Amino acid sequence: MNQKYMVPLAGVLLLFLLAYAGVEGAGMQWFFGIIVPYVAVIAFVGGFVRRVMGWAASAVPFRIPTTCGQQKSLPWIKQNCIDNPDKASGVFMRMVLEIFLFRSLFRNTKAAFNRNEKNKLTYSWEIFLWVGALAFHYSFLVVIIRHLRFFLEPVPSCLKFLEFFDGIVQLGLPGLFISGAVLLLAALFLLARRIFDAKVSYISLAADYFPLFLIIGIAASGIAMRYFTKVDIIGIKSFTMGLVTFHPVIPDGVGGLFYAHIFMVSALFAYFPVSKLMHMGGIFLSPTRNMANNNRAKRHVNPWNYAVDIHTYEQYEDHFREKMIDAGLPVDKKE
Amino acid sequence: MSKNAIMAGLVVFVAMALLPFWYNIGGSSAAPEPELSEKAKAAQKCVLDKYDMRANHMSLLDEWRDSVVRDADRLYESTNGKTFQMSLSTGEESCLGCHTDKEKFCDKCHTYASVDPYCWECHTTPKEINQ
Repeated sequence: MNQKYMVPLAGVLLLFLLAYAGVEGAGMQWFFGIIVPYVAVIAFVGGFVRRVMGWAASAVPFRIPTTCGQQKSLPWIKQNCIDNPDKASGVFMRMVLEIFLFRSLFRNTKAAFNRNEKNKLTYSWEIFLWVGALAFHYSFLVVIIRHLRFFLEPVPSCLKFLEFFDGIVQLGLPGLFISGAVLLLAALFLLARRIFDAKVSYISLAADYFPLFLIIGIAASGIAMRYFTKVDIIGIKSFTMGLVTFHPVIPDGVGGLFYAHIFMVSALFAYFPVSKLMHMGGIFLSPTRNMANNNRAKRHVNPWNYAVDIHTYEQYEDHFREKMIDAGLPVDKKE
Repeated sequence: MSKNAIMAGLVVFVAMALLPFWYNIGGSSAAPEPELSEKAKAAQKCVLDKYDMRANHMSLLDEWRDSVVRDADRLYESTNGKTFQMSLSTGEESCLGCHTDKEKFCDKCHTYASVDPYCWECHTTPKEINQ
């Protein structure tokens, strides 16, 4: 037990209960279903734009790419074009691999003492964080795209295509979507890593646990609604379509669990721009990845350099020529 | 990164994040009303209550399938006291026996919610056969 995860856990439970009790007890569907989602969308988009504009305004005076391979050098030395790029094409490849495959996480290592009498400190490759992160991010992406079926009318055929592959196991009715299950399991794995790995636990803060608990809560409530407690999906689509066409309606008979789901999603969106989740935008702007390593090959002028008044030797000599000649010093121009 | 590239990326992000708001402009968002046949209107009662039926019919059909195929048990006693023949498409007592028009009853909501039930990979509606 440790307050760094007990407080966020209590917070997420409180959010859940607030919406559940607010709807089931106080009948505040309009608040949790209409006002909160609109506020969350405004906070998300506005906050996101503000954050990125702030980053765009900060100076990046010097190239600081992290180099992970041979720099461009003499012609007979082979350059690592992606891990130490000197051209935009290499940087582009590096960013694509980083964004889609989390390449730097793939290189993750762990330090541990050997479990034999030598007890030597060794560094070994640790791939599970990368696997968990890929599973988590991609399943979350698929889940979010899948949810567009509630927000678009008519539903585009590419979404049906995605749903077909996501539900390809045809397990049960309504059919199991693999992405939902993978999302919950991956989020639980990432949480377990933070709780049970002593070294990770030591550096984990409440801000690391809160989004994890929130996402676990969202995934669990969504899965509960789809497979176990069941909700009227047509009523829900009329509700979501009402929100996006600015004619909000409250569907009949939809219970507190749905509003708790919506409220937690809204909380996640509103919290997004002020949290570590902003790595979604930040990854594009990481200066250690998105710059070519051409510090010495090209001249980079400091962007805030002002014009400096210079005093050349000719001007100096013009000024002091007579005194220099009197003192017997050599001069370039004699009168 | 240059300011222009960042701004371009930001515009793309905002457009994508607000996709549902501009995609639906000009379209109709009203939920479809499944059309009840005369027979269904006259019967008044379905297997379950209206909300239960809307939310739960797929699970019920799944249970029925298992019951019929594995246990040969075709009788379903509903909570409202009536007994039904468990069948999707065979006989007057079946789902399609009462809700005769698949297109106007089943498909309307399924299309709206982008649900593609695999019922119809084996079953056909009597109407479709006649055509």
